[in-house]
Amino acid sequence: MTAIVPALTIEHVAVHFGGLVAIADMNFVVNGGELLSLIGPNGAGKTTAFNVITGFLKPSKGEVRYRGTSLNGLKPHQVASLGLVRTFQRTSVFRAHSVFDNVLTGLHLSGRSNLLDTLLRLPRERASEQELHDAAWEILTLVGIDKQAHELAGALPYGDQRLLGVALALAAKPSMLLLDEPVSGMNASETGRFMRLLAKLRDRGMTILLVEHDMPMVMGVSDRIVVLNYGRIIAEGPPAAIREDPEVIRAYLGQAGAKRAAHA
Amino acid sequence: MRRFVPVIVVALLATVPLWLGDPYILNAFITTGIFTIAAMSLNLLLGYTGQLSLGHVAFFGIGAYVSALTALGFDVELFDGFHVVHEPWPVIYGFILAIVIAGLCGYLVGKLSFRVRGAYFVIVTISFAEVVRLVALNWVELTQGPLALTNIPPVTLGLPGIGYANLYGKTGNYYLVLGVGVIAYVVIKHLVQSRIGRAMIALKENESLALSVGINVTRYLVLAAIVSAAIAGAAGSLYAHYLRIIDPDIFLFLYTVTMVIMVITGGKGTLAGPVVGGALFGAIPVIVRSFAAPEVQWILYGAFMIAIIFVLPQGIVPAIERWFAPRPSKKQLVASQSSVSAE
Ligand SMILES: Nc1ncnc2c1ncn2[C@@H]1O[C@H](COP(=O)(O)OP(=O)(O)O)[C@@H](O)[C@H]1O
Ligand SMILES: [Mg+2]
Repeated sequence: MTAIVPALTIEHVAVHFGGLVAIADMNFVVNGGELLSLIGPNGAGKTTAFNVITGFLKPSKGEVRYRGTSLNGLKPHQVASLGLVRTFQRTSVFRAHSVFDNVLTGLHLSGRSNLLDTLLRLPRERASEQELHDAAWEILTLVGIDKQAHELAGALPYGDQRLLGVALALAAKPSMLLLDEPVSGMNASETGRFMRLLAKLRDRGMTILLVEHDMPMVMGVSDRIVVLNYGRIIAEGPPAAIREDPEVIRAYLGQAGAKRAAHA
Repeated sequence: MRRFVPVIVVALLATVPLWLGDPYILNAFITTGIFTIAAMSLNLLLGYTGQLSLGHVAFFGIGAYVSALTALGFDVELFDGFHVVHEPWPVIYGFILAIVIAGLCGYLVGKLSFRVRGAYFVIVTISFAEVVRLVALNWVELTQGPLALTNIPPVTLGLPGIGYANLYGKTGNYYLVLGVGVIAYVVIKHLVQSRIGRAMIALKENESLALSVGINVTRYLVLAAIVSAAIAGAAGSLYAHYLRIIDPDIFLFLYTVTMVIMVITGGKGTLAGPVVGGALFGAIPVIVRSFAAPEVQWILYGAFMIAIIFVLPQGIVPAIERWFAPRPSKKQLVASQSSVSAE
């Protein structure tokens, strides 16, 4: 591995919804090029962490930094333009538009024509649109949904919609991708396709923060894992260590599982 | 084939003054054209960004007053002894100022209300229109109040060295409105079929998703409000110089409602929608008028609108597009209902 450089730093972040403490005091770092998984039972605060990192939610306390820039007070679109792009836990695509138009919309940040170019449809507008079209095909091919380019997003099979969600995020040209339960609800072959995409992205040096319940997958792809329970980090380390951690086993499997693990 | 429909329609419209003898009908064509331009501008906001401007006539009326006052000149006392005097300018400056100032008002209203959208935007736009109406009504020194601004000069067209012509006549005004209408259509088409338009449609359909890919939602809403208000201002200017008299009734809520009806029945979020809706609701009063009393006219007008919304909830244009679409599956039909006419 090359030198370890922190990409995303989360420092003393807390989120309170009224009396409910969704995140208590969260600290962790995602290094450049790393795949870090954030796991934990439902309601642990994983999606809330994503919302804080990507500017959808203001933390009650603490700071998030990306490549040295504080994200405090930034709006979601500003966070995205810094290269930090998320997907959503609930399938999120522009349903009424074709797959191709979805990605074209996702490429918003890559456009370089101004208002006048657009209103008069000047050569720069046409050139910019051509670039965006080419880039859209590239992304569709990378994700493997180029054959469905002209189908309506809302009419795609579930797994393809999830992949389109990732394609939309990739269109924003991220340097770091945050994936919120990307394979939930996918069948085995769809999950397989997603794993291959993930490997391709890692080859390109993409930093990835992954939230996922599929444990075999998490254990297989992660460099490190952070375990969250009731808004607190209860463990952090490489997959092998997490698998053995008694507190993680208790949180995940309940007392029975903890006993079984203790006897093992 | 589809791409030629607008060209054919414009070509046909260009022949109208050549064979239409009835000045009353030509007048209806002109006012319909002006309101169709206003409806096209409203559609940019309502159809593409999903924001309902229920005070849209304010931008139209501001355009009319700005243009008329620029051309007429004025002398108002702001506070004791301090006069602002404006000598009459050529009408073309009035037309340009109408666009600029209406656009600025669009910017202000957009900035004020888009931070908290939805119902809030509706309220801000209604209030804005009412405030502007009260100003027009009560600032008598500037606007003549209910006495109306009269003797507004007609549009002058021409080039230095070649000569100028005043558009007193209906034929000249007809072609002027047609020309401005075509420009407005093309500008809106370029806008909505671009990266900017995709951003506007995206924020309407799924705001979180739009934000997540870096679309500055507020910025594109305000941009839509500016362009929309500017085009409405242009339409207002045409109105003032065609009728040559305007009074504060130009700000009546009824006009906004008429524009909304044109957009919704024609098909919001489609380029042709406001044109079809505008033509329809421009024609109905003319037709109904020949056989019904004024009160009955309004009832028929309303009944017709309800009937269209009931039969074609998405509007006329999307229904026609669906009719000609190449046998889409039922699933696609449902999904495409809120979609924009494809390229
Ligand atoms: N907007 C919100 N308002 C109130 N409570 C919320 C909100 N979002 C999440 N929560 C609560 O915060 C906790 C963490 O939720 P979430 O981050 O979605 O968990 P996870 O993604 O780990 O399943 C849950 O108890 C949830 O009910
Ligand atoms: Mg979640």
